This record gives sequence, C-alpha cells and structure tokens, in this order.
Amino acid sequence: MSLSMQLKNNSSLPLNDIHPLPVEEFASRLLHSVADGLRVSAYFARPRQEGQFDLICLLANDNSGKLQLLQTRISECFPSLAAQCPQLQLFEREVAEQFGLQPVGHPWLKPVRFERNWREEEAPAPLAGDFSAYRVEGEEIHEVAVGPVHAGVIEPGHFRFQCHGEEVKHLEISLGFQHRGLEKLLCGGPHKLSLKQIEAAAGDTSIGHACAYCRNLETLAGVQAPERAEALRSLALELERLANHVGDVGALSGDTGFLPTASYCGSIRGNILNLTAELCGSRFGRGLLIPGGVNFDLNPDECRKLLERLTVIEHEVNGALALFYDSPSVLARMDGVGILSAEIATELGLVGMAARASGLHRDLRLTHPGPADGDFIEMVRQKRGDVHSRALLRRREIAASFAMVRQLLQKLPDGDLRVALGPLQPNRLAVAMVEGWRGELVHVVVTDGRGKFDRYKLVDPSFHNWNGLAMALRGQQISDFPLCNKSFNLSYCGFDL
Amino acid sequence: MLKILSERFRQGNRTSAFPRVEPVLSKRFRGLPQIDASRCQNGCQSCADDCPTRAIELKEGAPVLDLGRCLFCSNCVCPHDIIKFSNDYRLAVRKRKNLFLGREELPLAESLDDKLKKLFGRSLKLRVVSAGGCNACEADCNVLGVPTYDLGRFGIQIVASPRHADGLLMTGPVTRNMQAALLDTYAALPEPKLVIASGACAIAGGPFCDSPETNSGVGELLPVDLYVPGCPPHPYTLLDGLLRLLGKR
Repeated sequence: MSLSMQLKNNSSLPLNDIHPLPVEEFASRLLHSVADGLRVSAYFARPRQEGQFDLICLLANDNSGKLQLLQTRISECFPSLAAQCPQLQLFEREVAEQFGLQPVGHPWLKPVRFERNWREEEAPAPLAGDFSAYRVEGEEIHEVAVGPVHAGVIEPGHFRFQCHGEEVKHLEISLGFQHRGLEKLLCGGPHKLSLKQIEAAAGDTSIGHACAYCRNLETLAGVQAPERAEALRSLALELERLANHVGDVGALSGDTGFLPTASYCGSIRGNILNLTAELCGSRFGRGLLIPGGVNFDLNPDECRKLLERLTVIEHEVNGALALFYDSPSVLARMDGVGILSAEIATELGLVGMAARASGLHRDLRLTHPGPADGDFIEMVRQKRGDVHSRALLRRREIAASFAMVRQLLQKLPDGDLRVALGPLQPNRLAVAMVEGWRGELVHVVVTDGRGKFDRYKLVDPSFHNWNGLAMALRGQQISDFPLCNKSFNLSYCGFDL
Repeated sequence: MLKILSERFRQGNRTSAFPRVEPVLSKRFRGLPQIDASRCQNGCQSCADDCPTRAIELKEGAPVLDLGRCLFCSNCVCPHDIIKFSNDYRLAVRKRKNLFLGREELPLAESLDDKLKKLFGRSLKLRVVSAGGCNACEADCNVLGVPTYDLGRFGIQIVASPRHADGLLMTGPVTRNMQAALLDTYAALPEPKLVIASGACAIAGGPFCDSPETNSGVGELLPVDLYVPGCPPHPYTLLDGLLRLLGKR
C-alpha cells in the first residue's frame, strides 16, 4: 500500500515521490484524515495527457505542523465527498467548473465564479449570476436580491436573501464578477507579470500573497531569503494586518452608527498604510517583495523614526478603540449577532480570524510557522463566534501586531536583502502558506519538466469563509447583514481570482 | 459622552490643508517619472525589456512611457538613470494620448468646459463601480471620505445610486463577468455624465492587460473624461485629478 506524502510549510517534493492512490483509497484516506482533525487547505486538479487529471488534496494538521498530500488520477468524473465533508463542496465545484469534470453525487453543483472551462476556450462563456439558487419556499417567504453593484465603494458580488419577514432564512452568495483568470495566467510562468498579478490577487493582502509566492519560488530554487529580508517581510505583513484590522473596526463602528471611532480609524488606517509606504513607496506594499528577498531596506535612523510614528499611532488607536469597546450601544448592537458556532466553522473549514473568533485553533504563525514567525507565541481566540467576538479579536490582534512591529523595528537582524535565485527545479510540487490578515493563504505550485509553472493553485481565506458568512446570517435580521459582512470583511477578488 | 468629547479633543483635527498646502509623501513614493533621454545609450532596450506591462517604447532612440500601463514598479530604472521616479503625485490627465510621457511635460488634466463646470463645479456626485479591481484602488478611493481628505468639503460626494450620480468612477480592467453590470450602471446615470478611470487596470488593464477574461480597461467600452494613473493611484493623485477636473486647482 502506498503511503500518503507528508511535507511541511515552505517545502517541496519531487513529483516522482507522489504516488497516485486508487480513487477509493484517496477518498477514504481523505475522509479519515478529516475525521482525525485535519482540514483541507487546497484541493485542485492538474491536467495530464489525454484527458487525464491529477486530483491533488493538501490537508493541514494543525497539531503536528505537518501537511499531508493525497493524489489520485481521474478522467471525466470523480466521486464527490462533499456530503460527508462539507469543506470540500466548493473545491469540488471549482474543479468541475475549471475542467468540466463531474463530481458524482455532489449535493448542489452550482457555478463558482462563472469561469469558462479551461479545456474549451472557444466555448461560449457562462453568464455571471445566472444559476439556480437554493430557495426557501412558502407563501410568506420573499427574496431580496442585492448586487453585483453595491451601494458603497466595494467590490461586486450578488447576494440573495430568502426572508420570512425580517428574518433571513438563508443567504445565497454568488460571486465571480471579479474573475480575472489569475490561475490560468500564471501557467507557464514565472512571467514578468506574475508577481504583479499575485500582488493584485487580493489587493488588500498584497504582502501576504507576495510572501507566499516568493517563498514558493525560493523553495523551488533551493535558496532561502536572508534573515533580514524575512524580518522586513514580517514587518510589512504585520503592518498590513494592523491597517486592515484598524480599518475594519472603523467600518464596524460606522455600521453600528458610532461615528467617532469610524472617523478616527478611517484616518489612522491611512497613517499605518503610510508606514508601509515609508518602507517601500507604496501604501499597499507593492514592489517590496521579490523572489529571493526584498527590494527595500531600513537604516537605524529610519527604524527609529518609524518607531516614533508607530508610538503616536498606537496611542491614537488605543484611544479610538477604547471609545468603541466601552460604548454600551455599540456592544449591544454586536452582542449575539451573527453567531457562527465552532461546529459549523469546523465543518466548513473556516480559517484565520473568523475561525479564531469561533474558538478554533487556527493561526499558521503558530501551527505552521514561516521563517520569521519563531517569536510568535500567543494565538488570540474568542469563543462565541458573534460579531462582537470578531470585533474583539481584532482589538487583541491589533495589540499583538503593534508589539510585533515594535520588536521587529528594534532589532532587525543584520545581513543581505536578497539572494540570487537560480532556475526552478523541474517536476516538483511546492507549498507555501502564510497567515495573512484575513487568514490562511495557500499557494501550491507544480513545475513542469522545464521548471515552469505547470499549475499554480491559490487559495485565499475568503474561499473558505464566504460560506461562514452565509451561515452566520441564518436566523438574523436582514438589517444585520452589513454588520455581519463587515465583521468577516472577505475579499471578492481573492475568491474570484 | 464626556469620554467621547475628551477623545475628540485628544484626536484633534485631522483634515489636511490640501490643496492650500502640498502634502508630504514618503520619500520612496514613486510618482511622475522623469525621463532624461539625452543619456540614453544607443540600441539599449533594457527599460522597455524590463517593463512587465510593455509600457515603454523607444521612439527616436528615447523611451516613451505610457503612464496608463505603468505600474510604477521601477523595473525600468537602468544604470544610466534615464528614467527616474519623482515624488510628484500629480498624474491625472483628460485624454488617453496625454499619458504617453516622452520629452514633453505631462499635460495635467484641464477643467471641464464652462457648461459642465457650471453643472458640476460646486456639486459632483459620483457612483463608484469596481469591475475587477483588486480592492487597492477601491480602498484608496474610499479613503477620500475619511477626515484626512474630507472629499465633501470640495462638493464631491460618493452616492449609492447611479440615478443620483453625475459621474461614474470606475476601477478594474472590466472583467467579462462585470461588463454588463458596468454598462447598465452607466446607462442608468442621467445625462450629461462623466467617466473617471482610476488606476492602471481601469486605464489599460494593469497587471491583467493580457487576460482573456478581462477587457484592457474601460476606454474600450465608454468615453473617459479623466484618467488617473497608478497601481493604485495615491489618494492625493485621485483628489488632485478630481479638483483639476472641476477647475479647483
């Protein structure tokens, strides 16, 4: 009996070492692993010759820090496991959509992002938003459809609320409007534009996605970015987390109708983005990372100045947040709204902040640490899984990130900024996972015989978490949606790719 | 209430003195490129070759940089220092052809004609649509509403309905899946109406300029009145462009 492959974050395997399992064994091992507490981090198909596909599943073991890789070979169809393992349902739909493969027995095979089948490029494109939605029926049931164009400055997506009076019985979310064909564009890469496209995979997570991409390339080239470069990457990653969390608290504040904190956090978020711009010239960290290291450095004087600005910002943030979390009207609005239980969060495979707010032990910085995560010791978690938990989690993570940024600025390790990157090893599979501000960013790359990308799979945390939002809204009032939505703050383009 | 007041006092006034006072941006901010063609080495193509979006073409031995395609990544900076990125955040123009930067200065956006200025000069309502934007352009457009920039003090407001809007501010390369919704939104705006393309994607497709799943910007679909380059444009770049359009700079 062939063994399933074990590997760790930021490592690679020769493709020859990955033994395809018979489909039945692939399925039973997958289900066993999930029953043992592993979760599905990535699941995708990779085309082979003559209509054959490799179906690859990457499972994360958060206790041992190991990753398990399962692979099988399929042609036109494969057995769906979604009914037994709900965290697979979206992955299976994605495989079906991308390559026209049939997950036999899938409970509801809806489009994921209205993408053209990769095998039939000339085929007419599907019409975005045209699908058979799950419907609640009854005389007093009504449906509210929203989007793709929303009222605010926000990305497009289509939502259908099935309501009984004010109560939402079910929320159907249909995305794909932002689909830019990212994974397909990466095939045959790395191209000159690949890193730029990765930085724009989810523009508010530029550093996070670029980190995963660069580390994959470094693994495949057999090099490691210098310690100093990794420290600067961590610094930028924490600044990204800070800016987004502070912005999110501001947005939550706006949606609870508490305007002082909304105004302060809106401004302060910009000040944090400006710290990233001090480092690399771009508020979103564009151009900071490069495979092999980073493009920008900080001298001791610049570190000192950034620390001074950080102290001012921290002081302002603390004041703005204290106001928010001390106001009874705010707390009353958030308390008990949009509860996502730990059971459902586990079943759906939620990751990151939203998972931790429901009490799950999921933070890659601790469970699958990257090169500069050694000092990260405390995972912030909440229990209840309501809007208040997700808000409070941010407050605590903000405090932790301030401490980390301070520590990094105080003692940046010496050394070079980058190492030269040779050619990528051919016929290998590499995995890089980064805890972005929303959650787990998974990049799996398979190289071909020339060391080019044969398949580049990205999983943004939003891919797992949108379903969490839909479940959290069940039984809530329709007017709770903006608040619930903000408390998750998921990416549309990160999902749509 | 006392807590709120004392915090308000502590946080202070955050609105910048822009446009009266020029903003201070990070020293490393990459703004308007400066091209010194006189030092260009004969036959050297390195800037054009290194540009990921093919924004640079050599004409008569000197580089011409298309700011519409430019991601401001500075890959084109060569040992001869021919292209340098200055700190100048002012980049918005009225015509696509004005974005081709060579020996001449960038012709910054002119104001609307008198008739439109009379209509929109004191009150411009914009509807924002993201059509494949990565949420960076959107975020730095959204930020104009915070007290630092305080868009409202210039009579500009972002509104929820296209029926209430005088113009469409759009971001993203226009994905195939958003094309119909974008055009519907535009059609719902009452005449006369403006279109503002913000960011490299909206102007020429940005990093997704070669994607079969997207258009290469909104220019192929709608008449554009203001182009705001950048990936994403700095909030001051966008604000400067809007004020120029209204003849306030």
